[in-house]
Amino acid sequence: MSKKVAFLQGNEAASYGALYAGCNFFAGYPITPSTEVAEVMSVELPKIGGKFIQMEDEIAASAAMMGAALAGFKTFDSTSGPGLSLKQELIGMACISEIPCVIFNVMRGGPSTGMPTGPSQSDVMCAKWGTHGDHPAICLVPSTVQETFEEVVRAFNLSEKYRTPVLVMPDEIVAHMRERVVFPEPGEIPIEPRRTPTVPPEQYKPYDTSFGDVPPLAAYGSGYKFHVTSLNKGQDGFPTTKAEWVQAEEERQVRKVEANADDIIEFEEYQLDDAEVVVVAYGSTSRSGRYAVNEARKQGIKAGMFRLKTFWPFPDKQIKALAGKVKGFIVPEMNLGMCSIEVERNAQGKAPVLGINRVDGEPINPDQILAKMKEVI
Amino acid sequence: MAFDYEKYIRPGKLPHIWCPGCGHGIIMKGLIRALDSLKLDMTQTSIVSGIGCASRLPGYMDCCTLHTAHGRAAAFATGIKLAKPEMNVICVGGDGDGTAIGGNHFIHACRRNIDITYVIMNNYIYGMTGGQFSPTTPTGNKASTTPYGNPDPCFDVAKLAIGAGATFVARGTAFHANQIDKLIAEAIQHKGFSVVEILDDCPTTYGRRNKFKSVVEMMNRLKEVAVPVKAAEKMTAEQLQGKILTGVLYKDETKPEYTAEYDKVIERAQAKK
Amino acid sequence: MSRYELRFSGAGGQGLITAGIIMAKAASIYEGKEAVQSQSYGPEARGGASKSEVIISEGSIDYPKVTQCDALLAMTQEACNKYSHDLKEGGVLLVDSDLVKTLPKGNFKTVSFPIINTAKNDVGREIVANIVALGAMVALTGQVTRENAEKAVLSSVPEAFIELNKKAFALGFDKAVEASA
Repeated sequence: MSKKVAFLQGNEAASYGALYAGCNFFAGYPITPSTEVAEVMSVELPKIGGKFIQMEDEIAASAAMMGAALAGFKTFDSTSGPGLSLKQELIGMACISEIPCVIFNVMRGGPSTGMPTGPSQSDVMCAKWGTHGDHPAICLVPSTVQETFEEVVRAFNLSEKYRTPVLVMPDEIVAHMRERVVFPEPGEIPIEPRRTPTVPPEQYKPYDTSFGDVPPLAAYGSGYKFHVTSLNKGQDGFPTTKAEWVQAEEERQVRKVEANADDIIEFEEYQLDDAEVVVVAYGSTSRSGRYAVNEARKQGIKAGMFRLKTFWPFPDKQIKALAGKVKGFIVPEMNLGMCSIEVERNAQGKAPVLGINRVDGEPINPDQILAKMKEVI
Repeated sequence: MAFDYEKYIRPGKLPHIWCPGCGHGIIMKGLIRALDSLKLDMTQTSIVSGIGCASRLPGYMDCCTLHTAHGRAAAFATGIKLAKPEMNVICVGGDGDGTAIGGNHFIHACRRNIDITYVIMNNYIYGMTGGQFSPTTPTGNKASTTPYGNPDPCFDVAKLAIGAGATFVARGTAFHANQIDKLIAEAIQHKGFSVVEILDDCPTTYGRRNKFKSVVEMMNRLKEVAVPVKAAEKMTAEQLQGKILTGVLYKDETKPEYTAEYDKVIERAQAKK
Repeated sequence: MSRYELRFSGAGGQGLITAGIIMAKAASIYEGKEAVQSQSYGPEARGGASKSEVIISEGSIDYPKVTQCDALLAMTQEACNKYSHDLKEGGVLLVDSDLVKTLPKGNFKTVSFPIINTAKNDVGREIVANIVALGAMVALTGQVTRENAEKAVLSSVPEAFIELNKKAFALGFDKAVEASA
């Protein structure tokens, strides 16, 4: 039997990915260039008995999705830069209260209202450092429409597996571009269910580490009575200022992601075996990177590309390993140098890191990358 | 036999953080009596709050409780209620949390007429941060950030709720303790967004700055200004000067409730499928 | 790797993004090739400049934007002036002869006929001018067969407008063949 195919926008594929992953609640607020996600969800969710709500602002959207998540739902929200900025406090709460949810953020020009219809990649640092306090961050950066579908599914799975918010952040080009999507059959991509408690209600503690670094989460209305707070909490879920408890919980919240970086980080190595100059790219920019690598190879330049699929946690180990082998890194990105900071941190001075940075709302052209390669070689 | 509050309180979570003389405890007891009178299943009841002294209430209550970020209670509660309309969802919080930082969520929850009960514990001040003026601090009064008297006009919470579309609005006071449970119970039974404003006192950060000599004096003020709506009907405008109406101020049972309306959306979507 | 680049340009509201989507869908879903469609647009829902780009290839497509244009459709003078600069030698330029009076010079083939007026007068509805233009672009570029393009058109329009769009597509295709003969 042949699989279902469709010609879709990145934003549309994201919605179908969410539905494939079992999403049954969406709360959002309209914002260019992500609105198509909300539109598709408003059509599809009620068909399966799911819930869609358009809230009064982006903060309310995050709040509603987190409320529904605590009621046992798999929740999704879409936004763009200004909305991502507004959501930061509640992203922090989702981290500390350990509420699984997926936020789809389409990167447009910024800061502030910036360039609503223009592409950008300038939210990647906000994805990790936007909310205050120490916290884990998982951020996925798809580069094709098919991958947008698949990465949203993966985001839901990671969110459940690690009980933490996950961001999926295509740039505007990927979000609005249309390509063929081949839908996986149901069950073809495994779906991570929520890990719910096995102990009886009177023994349940929402942050019980005797079940490991990711404790089971009960749902409101399922017979379990428990407390969730945005304050530092103990394993029983109640506020605490007890130094050793706070320290232990804070460390666990970060550790459950950082210690599992190998499980979370995905990437693609393209022509890296003998590469002397390596493009490190993500999103639509990696497509320019691949074009440039192919052109460079035709001209006898040993070029390759390390493509990020997971931006956070950052693939430190992989970049460190490459740094010892190559003549230089080229980091093309539609911002003034964000990924390049991370590459530099890992290159540790062993290889130069050259940025190509555009914030004019235009994509990075393969020729720009090719020209930069010639500077390295 | 004395009323048993303890079966609704989480073991080991008291004493609460509230100051001696604060009315929040009176309101919590009223809420407990209301829940008890309705015989609500506590595993199917969620109490949601934002940040502030009043917002610590859910932590003491033995049900599905959620202490969220400052001002966001109504939005979180909306998510829970839409996800599981069969649950009883109650918001509690103060005047600053509910009508300043949370004002937008508050009025939109009113507008949707989603079946949530919002208990606003109005003590006219930001207590937890040390007594800054709130949207309900009377003009001219003192707060730590209005040392020369408050220049701001203030909200009438009940009128705000009615104007925004809430379909049940009531007001009581911490002095009239025996009325609180009845107002909250009626609000919970109402199908739609219900607001119960309870006028409260904060002796620590409001009273002492505004020449109230004691908690008793603050409570007496609540006693003096409160006029039941029925009694007010027989009073002249002059007699009502400086008074505050209490009781059920507004009730509309004709406006559709949000989650019931969304069920119709589901029906229409599935009919089209 | 045969990379073929098309650009549909004009004013917002002329339906050019839709025309680009259908072209790409024809190639991707019905022709079995690879195709990517992207667009750029301003804040206006109607009016303003509008551009839709389609890349068609036998192999996988990396860079999703036009590098050197093989075929350009320009439905306004402004679009023609703005987007004809990177038209390839030997490429194709299709314009609406009523709206584009000043033609760019270059070593490419220019085809012009009254696209909007064909929709208005011959099909009967100005709204299908984009499908007339699409029919013409399919004929001039040869990237997808007439049959596959028609399938893509019919799968993209509401049932009530199938005959209208079928007619628009056929007229566009035939007029382009005639005009370039």
